[in-house]
Amino acid sequence: MTDRRAARAKIVVRDLWMTFKSPDKRKPSVHVLEDINLEILDGEFVCIVGPSGCGKSTLLNIAGGFLQATAGEVRIEDKVVTEPDPRHIFIFQENGVFPWLNVEDNVGFGVKRPNPAERAKLVEHYVEMVGLTGFGNTFPRELSGGMRQRVEIARALAAEPDVLFMDEPFGALDYLTRLRLRAEVMQIWQRERKTVMFVTHDVDEAVQLADRVVVMGKRPSRIRDIVTVDVSRPRDLDDPECRRLRDHIFGVMGLDHSGLATEVQGVDAAEEDEGGKVVNINDRR
Amino acid sequence: MRAKLESVLLPLAVAFVFVAVWHFAVRWTGSDIFPTPRQVLTGTWELARQGVLFKYVVASLFRVATGYLAAVFVGIPLGLLMGWFNRFRLALNPAIQVLRPISPIAWIPVAILWFGVSDAAPIFLIFLASLFPITVAAMAAVQNIQLVYIRAARNFGIGGLELFKKVVLPAALPQILTGLRLALGVAWLVVVAAEMIAVNSGLGYLIIDARNAGKRYDLVVAGMAMIGLIGLGLDVLVRRMETLDEVRWGLSR
Repeated sequence: MTDRRAARAKIVVRDLWMTFKSPDKRKPSVHVLEDINLEILDGEFVCIVGPSGCGKSTLLNIAGGFLQATAGEVRIEDKVVTEPDPRHIFIFQENGVFPWLNVEDNVGFGVKRPNPAERAKLVEHYVEMVGLTGFGNTFPRELSGGMRQRVEIARALAAEPDVLFMDEPFGALDYLTRLRLRAEVMQIWQRERKTVMFVTHDVDEAVQLADRVVVMGKRPSRIRDIVTVDVSRPRDLDDPECRRLRDHIFGVMGLDHSGLATEVQGVDAAEEDEGGKVVNINDRR
Repeated sequence: MRAKLESVLLPLAVAFVFVAVWHFAVRWTGSDIFPTPRQVLTGTWELARQGVLFKYVVASLFRVATGYLAAVFVGIPLGLLMGWFNRFRLALNPAIQVLRPISPIAWIPVAILWFGVSDAAPIFLIFLASLFPITVAAMAAVQNIQLVYIRAARNFGIGGLELFKKVVLPAALPQILTGLRLALGVAWLVVVAAEMIAVNSGLGYLIIDARNAGKRYDLVVAGMAMIGLIGLGLDVLVRRMETLDEVRWGLSR
């Protein structure tokens, strides 16, 4: 872990506030994020957990350049984020793999290398890395949800980014597929050492994956705690340290690990924060 | 294998029953105007031998192809722009929604006024009839594109015209294709109506001419049968396009 201390901050979130104004003037604005400050080191894997609707996805969308913060800023390598950047690739929960392209063309979509041979090699490399060798000519419609999410991960990696934003990337998958993809993502990260910001509402997932877990509270959210997970990988969730950290995180969120509230009324089970997903269709240009 | 056999045999059985009922209905009613299936067949053969059938089919198809392709080249870009640019849609959509419900048949007098009795009149009518379904389909297709595709593409640094070519068009294609199929059906309906009034050739003209010049109902029905068969052929053609991998993902079937 000494190398991590030596690394410098890759992503800096400074005094970030986010308020969504309702298009209907009679309805009040929604305060989502309050005074978020966070530094993520180069090559670090950081998970952001919090109850549904807490704005963790909004934070990720701001860092990805898809949303503008109300106040404050996110800097990546000292450059203020204002728009999406091919060096920082976003992986979507709802799967952004293009259904009209086969696996190979999807993975090659963001490849910047002009040389066709290099390009093909890169595509092949990442198709293999996510275990889809032999599926190059297959169309997404013929793949399972887990395989499609693998294609999206390969596509992101093939663009050779230095930051990956993952917004509940396994949220739509069944439990066993989720477990397997988690392990695979860990292996890939250990080889590639990208800086990863990973949003999830699954505390187990966060503890298993992250160098540090950022715990957020109910809306309007502040960062309630940042937990360092100093357990060697691959991690066993039954490891006493993992269990202790998990219970601690649940405690910070105001829940015991069975999901029962330990303070006030617990979290409201409002629908997942729609931060990035309700961008007006006309703002997408 | 069995399903395939059924998909051929069942329609054939229905056709056989239909023709049989038709035959006996004409026989029993003793009609000497309405033709039996056999008379229609000999009528068709007569038209084919004279070379009229081929000429008229080509004339009709040529008009449909010209008017329809013109509508494709105008309607798809127009619809894409209307789907993408809010201002464009706000400006043009009301005009399109007013023109759309006007039956192409209602334009026939206007077409004759503008173009006289020439190929241009039916071509114009077919253009109009296909333009609206194509434009509206393309517009709706763009509006229905899942935001995640646009965002992913922008993340990879794709913008402007390239975004249109690589993402907007392929994402909209399945729904556009559905519009194209609909429009082709309408175009084929309209050409017959237009030819009955505005020109002196084509399958529509064949029908009206056979009736006016000597009540040749065998030729009327022959013309109708040709129209049906060619319509079926056009639909099969478009449906074949719908099985391509590039669009199949977006079609329910």
